[in-house]
Amino acid sequence: MSLAEAIATAVRDGDTVAMEGFTHLIPHAAAHEVIRQGRKDLTLVRMTPDIIYDQLIGAGCARKLVFSWAGNPGVGSLHRFRDAVEHDWPVPLEIEEHSHAGMANRYVAGASGLPFAILRGYRGTSLPAHTAGVAEVVCPFTGERLTAVSALRPDVAIIHAQRADRRGNVQYWGITGVQKECVLAAARSVITVEEIVDVLDPRPGAVVLPSWLVSYVAVVPGGAHPSYALGYSARDNNFYLAWDAISRDRVRFGSWLDEHVYGREAVPGGTAEDPVDAS
Amino acid sequence: MSYTSDEIMTVTAARALTDRMTCFVGIGLPSEAANLARTTHAPNLVLIYESGTIGAKPGVLPLSIGDGILAETAESVVSVPEIFNYWLQPGRIDVGFLGAAQLDKFGNINTTVIGNYADPAVRLPGAGGAPEIAAACKEVIVIIRQSRRTFVDCVDFVTSVGFGDGHGTRQRLGLTGAGPRRIITDLGVLEPGPETSELLLTGIYPGVLVTDIKERTGWDLRVSAELSEIPKPSQSELTALRSLLATMPASEAGGSADSQPGEQAGGPQPGKPDRALVPPRATKEAAR
Repeated sequence: MSLAEAIATAVRDGDTVAMEGFTHLIPHAAAHEVIRQGRKDLTLVRMTPDIIYDQLIGAGCARKLVFSWAGNPGVGSLHRFRDAVEHDWPVPLEIEEHSHAGMANRYVAGASGLPFAILRGYRGTSLPAHTAGVAEVVCPFTGERLTAVSALRPDVAIIHAQRADRRGNVQYWGITGVQKECVLAAARSVITVEEIVDVLDPRPGAVVLPSWLVSYVAVVPGGAHPSYALGYSARDNNFYLAWDAISRDRVRFGSWLDEHVYGREAVPGGTAEDPVDAS
Repeated sequence: MSYTSDEIMTVTAARALTDRMTCFVGIGLPSEAANLARTTHAPNLVLIYESGTIGAKPGVLPLSIGDGILAETAESVVSVPEIFNYWLQPGRIDVGFLGAAQLDKFGNINTTVIGNYADPAVRLPGAGGAPEIAAACKEVIVIIRQSRRTFVDCVDFVTSVGFGDGHGTRQRLGLTGAGPRRIITDLGVLEPGPETSELLLTGIYPGVLVTDIKERTGWDLRVSAELSEIPKPSQSELTALRSLLATMPASEAGGSADSQPGEQAGGPQPGKPDRALVPPRATKEAAR
């Protein structure tokens, strides 16, 4: 299935969408397709919103953001995110924020089919006063006070992986982040891959998601750029640095979107010759 | 050899790390200092990044906590839920190394908002891994540039707990680690006092005056009776630091007024204008 078809089928206006990839394997091409298709009122979930959600927020796709760290890593602010929070531009953005440990555990609870997860966290911080879905629980065995966080159950998980086989089994390695839990927690999933191979030979530390778990696979070489796919591409640190100036100004951001997102066809490789439909 | 205030800050922070320690590292200033320690006096320092890379040995400074070089050089790469649940939460890690946008006299850290939460003057990146790093590491070191903007009487938002409202808060909350034992700034070093854990000035860099430090502190800073002068950076420390920094691309955001550092783990870090711009390192092509 092509990326455009996968997004058209899997992502609906008003959906809760989680695009994961912890610095590595961020599904940028899929996010651009969501922008091109003009999705609205999305609740976007992601630990590190990063440039990928800065673009979706600036393009007006999001109603709400659920996150734990919203910066441009190593560079500075996410200016489109800040403009939305501080000035309601282009539309108001509701936020729900957690810590990384909290978000990771919320995905674990979702993946496990549990209503909440337990951790030592948040205690003494200002977060619980501003965030729904955080509560104190008492251990029934020791009486210890711990923190419960509500499960995340996205409508759609979107991730990028190194490769899939012709049956739609997906394999990724390197920094594996929280993608497995994200896909397991979600009702549907769209996975873009660098390439399709006949056989997924073992790789150290690799995660394999079986085809029956995955809704849609689309081949999109370079689909993580400016993030990277270990073994296929390097993180484009210069783009992360350049994004600061591009995103700082509404007009310049709009021009960038016109040229690099709206002005482009669905991504090269994500077209009809695609051999895989794992749905 | 002359040096900048940032350089003595990073060198002082690096010296706080000893060989074979395990260290949970935030990006930016903490990552610079931890990598300096590893390339100088602490070759067996175990660097742990929240991306799940344990025992990373980057030959160049990573821009993000998830650069490919961290995974390629790590002893082990684990998932994000695992790094927080199995490695950080039980208190296995010796030192948590954090940055901050705001810090108060009890070492509480704000990386969330300046001003009112619902209508913030400045929206910062948020918590990241910092709250649990601050709670669970055996001790915490904070590295932060000191000014009245960053050193405030009371933080606008408690993102990560230092000593709460004074002595006993950590125990009452069940926070297992000892909290911030050292605050390393571009002027000197602060440590919690014995009674209320209020931060005291305990170390000062050569040529810096106590009055300057008080001037750049948003509360009535108390000075330890045992205030000591911190040795200036040696030539070898400076050479090692400068060659490390030269490996990282320069940030165009550096020095801009509204790029506030929210530099907890994974936090942004204004770059230094004197850094050489180098192309990102090419990722090794994995054997196919």
